[in-house]
Amino acid sequence: MAAVGNSVARKDGIGKATGDARYADDLVFPNMLHGRTIRSTVPRGKIKSIRYEFDTAGFTIVDYRDVPAKNAVDLMSQDQPFLAEHEVKHMAEPIVLLAHEDKETVNAAKVVIEYEAEEPMFDPEQSDVVFKAIDIVKGDVKAALGRDDVVIVEGTYSTGHQEHVYIEPNGVIAVPEDGGVAIYGSVQCPFYVIKALRCLLGSAHPNVRVIQTETGGGFGGKEEYPSIISGHAVMLALKSGRPVKIIYDREEDMVATTKRHPSIVKHRTAVTRDGHLVGMDIDVLMDGGAYVTLSPTVLSRGCIHAAGPYSCDNIRIQGRAVFTNTPPNGAFRGFGAPQTEFAVEVHMERIAEALGMDSIELRRINALKPGDKTATGQTLRDDSSAHMVLEEALRRTDYLKKRADWKGTDKAIGLSLFYHGAGFTGAGEKNLKSRARIDLTPTGVRIAVGSTEIGQGTRTMHAQIVTDALGIPYESVEVAQPDTSKVADSGPTVASRTCMVVGKILEECSHEMKEKLGGLTPAEYYAKNGELSIERMYEPPDWIQWDDSKYLGDAYATYGWGCDVVELSFDPDTFEVKPIKITAVQEFGRPIHPALARGQIEGGTAQGLGYALLEKVVMRNGAMANGQLTNYVIPTTLDMPEVDVVMMENPYPGGPFGAKGLGELPMDGPAPAVVNALRQLGIDVRDIPATPEHLSTCAVA
Amino acid sequence: MRTTMSEVNLRRAASLDEALGILREENRTPIAGATDVYVALNYGTTGVRQFLDIWALDELRTIVKRDDTLVIGALTSYTSLIQSHLVAEHVPMLAEASRLVGGVQIQNRGTLGGNVANGSPAADGVPVLAAVDAVVVLRSIDGERRVPVNEYYTGYRKTVMRPDELIVAIEIAPVIGKQWFRKVGTRAAQAISKVVMAAVRSDTPRIAFGSVAATIVRVPETEKALSSGQSIDEAAEILGRELKPIDDVRSTADYRKRVSMNLLKRFWADTD
Amino acid sequence: MQFTLNGTTKEISGNPAARLIDVLREELLMTGVKEGCGEGECGACTVLIDGEPVCSCIIPVGQVEGADVVTIEGLGGTHPLQELFMNEVGAQCGICTPGMIMAAMKLGDKPTLEEVKVALAGNLCRCTGYSAIYRAIMKWKGMPEPDNADKLVIVE
Repeated sequence: MAAVGNSVARKDGIGKATGDARYADDLVFPNMLHGRTIRSTVPRGKIKSIRYEFDTAGFTIVDYRDVPAKNAVDLMSQDQPFLAEHEVKHMAEPIVLLAHEDKETVNAAKVVIEYEAEEPMFDPEQSDVVFKAIDIVKGDVKAALGRDDVVIVEGTYSTGHQEHVYIEPNGVIAVPEDGGVAIYGSVQCPFYVIKALRCLLGSAHPNVRVIQTETGGGFGGKEEYPSIISGHAVMLALKSGRPVKIIYDREEDMVATTKRHPSIVKHRTAVTRDGHLVGMDIDVLMDGGAYVTLSPTVLSRGCIHAAGPYSCDNIRIQGRAVFTNTPPNGAFRGFGAPQTEFAVEVHMERIAEALGMDSIELRRINALKPGDKTATGQTLRDDSSAHMVLEEALRRTDYLKKRADWKGTDKAIGLSLFYHGAGFTGAGEKNLKSRARIDLTPTGVRIAVGSTEIGQGTRTMHAQIVTDALGIPYESVEVAQPDTSKVADSGPTVASRTCMVVGKILEECSHEMKEKLGGLTPAEYYAKNGELSIERMYEPPDWIQWDDSKYLGDAYATYGWGCDVVELSFDPDTFEVKPIKITAVQEFGRPIHPALARGQIEGGTAQGLGYALLEKVVMRNGAMANGQLTNYVIPTTLDMPEVDVVMMENPYPGGPFGAKGLGELPMDGPAPAVVNALRQLGIDVRDIPATPEHLSTCAVA
Repeated sequence: MRTTMSEVNLRRAASLDEALGILREENRTPIAGATDVYVALNYGTTGVRQFLDIWALDELRTIVKRDDTLVIGALTSYTSLIQSHLVAEHVPMLAEASRLVGGVQIQNRGTLGGNVANGSPAADGVPVLAAVDAVVVLRSIDGERRVPVNEYYTGYRKTVMRPDELIVAIEIAPVIGKQWFRKVGTRAAQAISKVVMAAVRSDTPRIAFGSVAATIVRVPETEKALSSGQSIDEAAEILGRELKPIDDVRSTADYRKRVSMNLLKRFWADTD
Repeated sequence: MQFTLNGTTKEISGNPAARLIDVLREELLMTGVKEGCGEGECGACTVLIDGEPVCSCIIPVGQVEGADVVTIEGLGGTHPLQELFMNEVGAQCGICTPGMIMAAMKLGDKPTLEEVKVALAGNLCRCTGYSAIYRAIMKWKGMPEPDNADKLVIVE
C-alpha cells in the first residue's frame, strides 16, 4: 500500500496523547534561571529613568547596553530593537530583562520606569510613515471606470486584529554550552532565530544552535516573535553563564506579541450590466504597528489576492502598510489574504445586488479559469479550480433551494469563493534556496530538515513522501528533531510551503538516493558502504517569471481553491449568530495524508469562524485591553457547527505527488461566507468581527 | 502579574464551627471552589493574601426542602445544582443558569455561595436568586441572620456580609408563576455574561438583570408597569430608562440596554 | 499532607495555597498537565479529582488533601482513547490533548454528540476545530461517526 494518499500512522508517536511529549516549559536544566521581561507602559515616549526597587543580589539584569553586537532583530528590516534604548514606540515593548533562580522572586521584582510621554499615533489612516507601498497595475482601470456602459459599485471593508491563541504560550530556554549557546524553544522557524541571533551576537559568539521543542501551535504567531524571546534568553544566559528559561504567561503573550494586521480595503468596481467585471480599483491599508516585522510581505500577499479569484482586464491595486504606536503585527495564517479576500467577496455580493443579479451567476461569469490572467498578469494553468469548487459547493449544499426556502426566516445561507497562492511570493522560493537532506541509517533513512511540526503533520507527511519516492517501508523512515546544527535549512515553516516545496525537495532527494542505492535496501547499502546523505536545493519550476519592481508575473507557482458555504441562524432579539453548518470545499492538489489534511481544513475553518464572529481585540491606549482567554474569546465546542469537508483533487505537476500548499487556504473563506449569509437576512455588514454589538448597529440593507 | 504564591496564606477549616471561630479571630477571606479567587491571584488583580479554605465543610453541601422552602447549602456546586431533582422541580431556571456557568471543570468547583459572595455583577446564578427573592443565610459565632438577596449588595462587589460571617445557605420560598431565564454571553459556552435576565411571570412579575449595573438588579419600575397593566412595549421603554449599563471590554451600554428591552418582550411573549 | 496521585500515595509539604498545577508539574513532575491560560478557561490543565474533571491551575493544593488525583500520566499510556486521538488527528499540536482526554474520561457509555460537546466545552483547542476530537471519542465509545467520512472527488 502506498503511504501517500493514505492516513498512515503519524510519526509523532503517542507522546502528545500520553503527556510524554516535551514542550518548552516541560524542560528543566541544571542551575536554570527564570527570565522575565520588563515592558513599556506607555505607547510612545522617551525613557527618563529606570529604578530597581528590589534587592538585586542573585539577579541577572540585562538592558540594551548588554547587547553583544547589534541591537536589532534581523528580519526584513533591522528597525526593531531587542531592548528599547532611549525611546519606546509601543505598549509592552521590552526594555529590561531580569533573571533569577526562583520564579516567584523574579516575578515579584519591582522595576519602575519613568517616561516622558509623547503623543501616540493609533489611526493607520492618519499615519504618514509607510513601511511598504505596492502598486499593481493591469490594463487601464481609469478608462474602465469612466466607461458609460458600466455600473460603478463602491465599498469600504475593514477587519480587526486577530490573536493566534496557540494554546501553548511562547517560550524558550537558552543553554550555554561548549563554545556557544543552544536555544530550546517553541518556534516555527529555527533558522530565523539563528539569523536574528547572529546579528545580535556578532562574530564573538559564532556557535548558536536552535532546537525546536514540541510546539503547541503556531499559526504564524511563532514565526518571527520567538527570535526576540530567544535573543532575550541568550543575553541573560551569556551574562549569567547559566541556562535561562523565559515562558510567557497568557496575558503577556496576548498583550506583547504579534497579531493579524487590521485592514481597511476600499473597492471601486466597474461592471457591465450583464455582469462582467471590467475595472477593479482597490486600495489596501494595513496597520503594521510600531515596527516593520513582516508587514511588507503580508501587504504583498494581501494585495496580490485583493481582486479575488476573478478575471478582470483592468485592475489597479494600491497597498500601504503603515506605522502606528501599537505592538507590531505579524505573520498569521493567511498572511494578508484573509483580509483582502473578505473585502472582495463581500463586495461581489454587493455588486450583484447593484445589478439585480444572482451573486452566484456573477461569480460564474467572472471566476478565473485556466488560461485567464490574474491581477499580476499570471496566466493560470490547468490546476485552477474556481469553477469546480463553486459548483461542487452549490450542489452539495443544495444552496439555491435553501436560499429560496429560507427567505423571510431567521435562517440564511451564504458563500465565498477564494484562492490562496502556495509557497513564497514571486521569486521568493528561488531566492530562499531551501535545502533538504536525507541520511541513510542502519535500518532505513532519516529526514533532516528544519521544517517544524507544529501540529499540522510535517513529520508524517514528509515521511510519506520519502517512503513512496524511495519505495521503502514507512516504518523505516525517521524524522530528525529540528536542530539547526544537524539539519538542512529547508526555509521557514510558513506560507503553505512545507509540503509543496520542502516535500518536493525530499522527493527529489529520495529519487537521487534510490539511484545511488542501486537496488539495495537502505540497510543493505549501509551495511556494505556505510553512511550516505543526499542534500538538494529547491528549484522552482523554470517557467516562473516575476518582476518584483512592478509586481508583475507569476506570483505563485500554483494556488489552492476553495468555496465555503455557511448556514446560520440569527436571533433578532440578541443579534447573536449561530452557525449551523459550514461546508468547506477545497482543492489543494492532492492530499498526502487525508486525515491530517482534513484537520487543516476543519481547524482553519474554525479560526475563520472565530475571526468572523467572535474574536475582537479591544485596544485601549495602544494596548490590548482584553488580553485574557475569558475576554478574547475563540470558538468552543458549542460554538462550532458541523464542518463538512470536501477535498477535491487537481494535481499540481510541480508538487510532490501532485500536492499544493494547504495550511492557509481554509482561513480565507469563512468570514466572507458568514457576512454574505447575513446579507441574505438584510443585514449590511462591512466590518468584522461581526459581533452582536456590531450587528446591532448595522444598517438593514 | 502573577501573585507571589508564597505570600498567600491559606488556613483550612475542617468544620463550620472551626471556620466561624477562625473568622472571628482573623481577617481572612473565605474561599470555596477558588474559581474566582485563584484567577484573581493568577492575574494579580486581588490584594488579598489571607484566606480561609472552607471547601472541606461538607455540611454546607446539602439541598433540602424545609417546610416549603428550598434550602441550598452554600457549597453546593453548579454540577450538584444541575443534577438536583429538588432544584429541577422548584427553580428549574437555577439549573439552567448553572449549566451555562463555565465548562464542566468550573461547574464541578464553583459554588452557589461563592457566586453570591464574589459579588460580580456578571454572576450567572444570582439574577435567578434575585428574581425569586431568595434569602442569603449568614452565620457567625453569634448566630444566624437572613438577608434578602435583593438587599445583600450595596455596591460594586460590596455586600452586607461582615468579615466574621459566612454564607451558609440560600433559601428560596416556593416560586409561583412561570420562570424564564436567558443568558447572553460572549459565546456559546464558557462565556461571561453580557446580559442575564431571570424572571417570574405572575400578576406581580419579578424581573432581575445581571451585567447591566454595578450589582445584580431588580427593575421595580418595569415590574410596576407590568403589574399595573401597562403594555409590554411601554414596560420595555421604562426598562430602557431604568437600566444604566456601561461599556466594557465585553460589550457596550447601547447593546446591553437594547438587548435587555428585547429580552423583556420575549419573556412576556414566551410566558403568555 | 497526603493525597493519592495516579494510584500512589504522595506526601507533600509546603504551602497549601500553592496551585495544584505547580505542585503536579514542578514537584511531582507530571508535566503532561499543561498550563494554557491560568484562569480555568482553556482546560489544558484538566485533571480528575475524585473522578471529576477540574482545572488544576485554579485549585490550591491544600484542597486535594485526602483526595484521589489522576493526571494524564495516570492513564498509563495505553488507554485506547490516547491512540485514537493520534490516529483520528484529534491531537494536532497536542498541547490541549491531555486535558481533552481527561475531560472525556467522565463521559458515559453511549454519549450523544451533544453530550460530548458539553463535556468538552471547558477545553479549548485552536488546531482542530474539534471535529476530529469527536471522531476519536465516538470511536472509543463504539458510536457511529458524528459526520460524514472523508470524501475525495477526483478530477479526470
